[in-house]
Amino acid sequence: MSQPGTIGWFAQHEARLAWRDWLSLMTAGSRRRARTVAIGFIIFACFVHGLAYMMLTSSPNFANSSGTRVLVVLTGTLVTSWSLMLSQALESVTRAFYARGDLELILSSPAAASRLFAVRIAAMAVTIVALALVLAGPFINMLVWLGGLHWLGGYVAIVALAMDAVAISVVLTVALFRAIGPRRTRVVAQIVAAVVGAAFAIGMQIAAIVSYGTMSRMAFLSSAQLVRIAPDRDNLIWWPARAVLGEPAALAALLVFSVAALAATIYLFAPRFGQFALSAASVSHSPARRNQRRSCFRTVSPARAMRHKEWTLLLRDPWLMSQTLMQLLYLLPAVFVLWRSFSGGGMTALLVPVLIMAAGQLGGGLAWLAVSGEDAPELIATAPVPAAQVLRAKTEAVLGGVAAVFGPLVVLLAIVSPIGGLVAFGGVVVAAGSSTAIQYWFRTQARRSLFRRRQTSSRIATFAEALSSTLWAGTGALVAAGTWLAFVPGVFVVAIVAGAWLISPERSVKAGQV
Amino acid sequence: MNQVRPALALEIRGLAKSFERPAVDRLDLSVIAGEFYTLLGPNGAGKTTTLRMVTGLLRPDRGSIAVFGIDALADPIGARRIMAWVSDEPMIYEKLTPLEYLGFVAGLWAVDGTVAAARARDLLGLLGLTPNAEERCERLSKGMRQKVALAGALIHEPKLIILDEPFTGLDAGSSRVVKEVLRQRVQEGCSVIMTTHILEVAERMADRIGVMANGTLIADGTLDELRRQVGAAHTGQEAIIASPDRIGSGLRGLADVGAGHASLEDTFLALVAQDATAT
Repeated sequence: MSQPGTIGWFAQHEARLAWRDWLSLMTAGSRRRARTVAIGFIIFACFVHGLAYMMLTSSPNFANSSGTRVLVVLTGTLVTSWSLMLSQALESVTRAFYARGDLELILSSPAAASRLFAVRIAAMAVTIVALALVLAGPFINMLVWLGGLHWLGGYVAIVALAMDAVAISVVLTVALFRAIGPRRTRVVAQIVAAVVGAAFAIGMQIAAIVSYGTMSRMAFLSSAQLVRIAPDRDNLIWWPARAVLGEPAALAALLVFSVAALAATIYLFAPRFGQFALSAASVSHSPARRNQRRSCFRTVSPARAMRHKEWTLLLRDPWLMSQTLMQLLYLLPAVFVLWRSFSGGGMTALLVPVLIMAAGQLGGGLAWLAVSGEDAPELIATAPVPAAQVLRAKTEAVLGGVAAVFGPLVVLLAIVSPIGGLVAFGGVVVAAGSSTAIQYWFRTQARRSLFRRRQTSSRIATFAEALSSTLWAGTGALVAAGTWLAFVPGVFVVAIVAGAWLISPERSVKAGQV
Repeated sequence: MNQVRPALALEIRGLAKSFERPAVDRLDLSVIAGEFYTLLGPNGAGKTTTLRMVTGLLRPDRGSIAVFGIDALADPIGARRIMAWVSDEPMIYEKLTPLEYLGFVAGLWAVDGTVAAARARDLLGLLGLTPNAEERCERLSKGMRQKVALAGALIHEPKLIILDEPFTGLDAGSSRVVKEVLRQRVQEGCSVIMTTHILEVAERMADRIGVMANGTLIADGTLDELRRQVGAAHTGQEAIIASPDRIGSGLRGLADVGAGHASLEDTFLALVAQDATAT
């Protein structure tokens, strides 16, 4: 055990908290689930390794080549991954600034708080590395197997890029703090995180649509045109990719630069971290803005009051809005395809599944907020409103939100292709409806702030929701293509939704009542 | 001779609820309309479980609950219409202002908009929340949130208000305001049932006091009646002395109770001590 108050001691403390937090996230507090989670991890690792093998072998000689095409593909992939790392790092830094947690305990103790904050900044890098390696690790392993040990440089490159992402996030958040103040920083940083996370991937997708009429980023990155206009191999832009390829000079340069960036950030900002966190915590005590709006007291039905409340709460929560924004950003390529279709492109069949899938995801998220994320469950339960009416009002609020987002897109699609529009309309309704129903059947009361962890309360519900959205999207795509094969995923999705109902706690309760 | 039976705000008969062990065990309890009834008991006595069953938040295993004659198990909506529940943790929405929150609660109870607006203005004024009426609840202190929750409970003018530890986290000034509001409601004919661990509040405010232990009602009546009940048991103290460590504080109070000038604290501890020795 390290000496209390030292960096090592704080690191042990943080590691213990992080481990328990992760364990609770994975097992939802049940020890029996630990074995299931371990088996799940092994299956997931096998699946991702298999997927990586198939993807890499489908591109001949990729693992044994180091030409410009490989450099372009690697750089594009690294930038996409890095934008996600930056997004996660921004969210972590914002969370660290605004979570009061143990802040007052630490700052009121005689221990040097700067040491703890140094550990916390470093811990963010470790977390981001771990998340990145879960996805990149199988690809690197397969590249090592297919192409040689030099691909191990990929691990070093990922670690270095994660350190850069954390360093930049801390600097950016502090800059926002100084420029626009703690209150606005919270909202802006969350939205920037959502946009950064999606922007580059979506940008490449749009470029692929413009150039090749496909939604594949890989097709775009592997294209001969892109390789032709790419800079020389000595250009600085290729150094991260060359580091992944295991070139010693590039590896050393990237690692030294990243370690220096993170160390400088820790040295400069760890001593002031507490001060920033305190100013962020004082946001809740600052005077409120008052704006005269229409009266809150109109004679309304309980159902209308409930719908209005759900929409107001959603619109007033910038964090939830940024999460929703993230989902909407992924619709941009679909919108782009739609726009091209007006000028005779003709890719409407592609849009139908995208819209249906996104509607299913959005419906599931909104349903969780409305049903499980109810912050005053006892108030609703003690109100003279039948449970069925409460459920109906909440479902209407969810479907209203989905309609507000997808309605205009479906209408536009219907103008281009009435059949496509009709199929998309039906698909959006059933996908959002299925996700809402699954969330209702598997509801567990939780704070709205636990939105990101909603998947852990019931993995069955999470899988059922994801499968239902995907299969409804598949069914929609096949119906739009006019093939009877739509029957196959259609039957599957009905079976999955019915299966979810059969094993749901809601059904057990109802069966018990009978 | 025919005695006129007083109208009952709440009538509980044979109520039982078990989790891993019995939390409420064949409980009989009556609250007269227009009275302020305080339910006391040590931690785990079953007070909150009882109140949660009355409000419909928990389904009892056995027994009956009637609120102003309405069977709360057969017609929960009818019972809820005339009841209000305030828990020790304020049930409010962080992103709504107190005014918006009251508007929402008024909507749930289908209160006319004009009437609700007037009541909200009065309640916020009464509870000293007018300056915060348009601030989001996330910026309010715990005491203020508790007052917002109380205002929400009163906006539909319930006939029966049920409060679980309503003074937790309130400062002295806020406590006094809440007590005055509750007292005023009782004067207007409303019935109040409240659990509290602050015995001074119970002593000052309650018309009748019920003491629960191990899921049952071990004593019930005015403070004087409770004192007499302890005094009657005071004659046979051999059983109490059987476990002096467990009930030392109760024994110390018994001398005062016997002398007839005991505080509620002495009486309460003596009653709980008697029950502990009996079980």
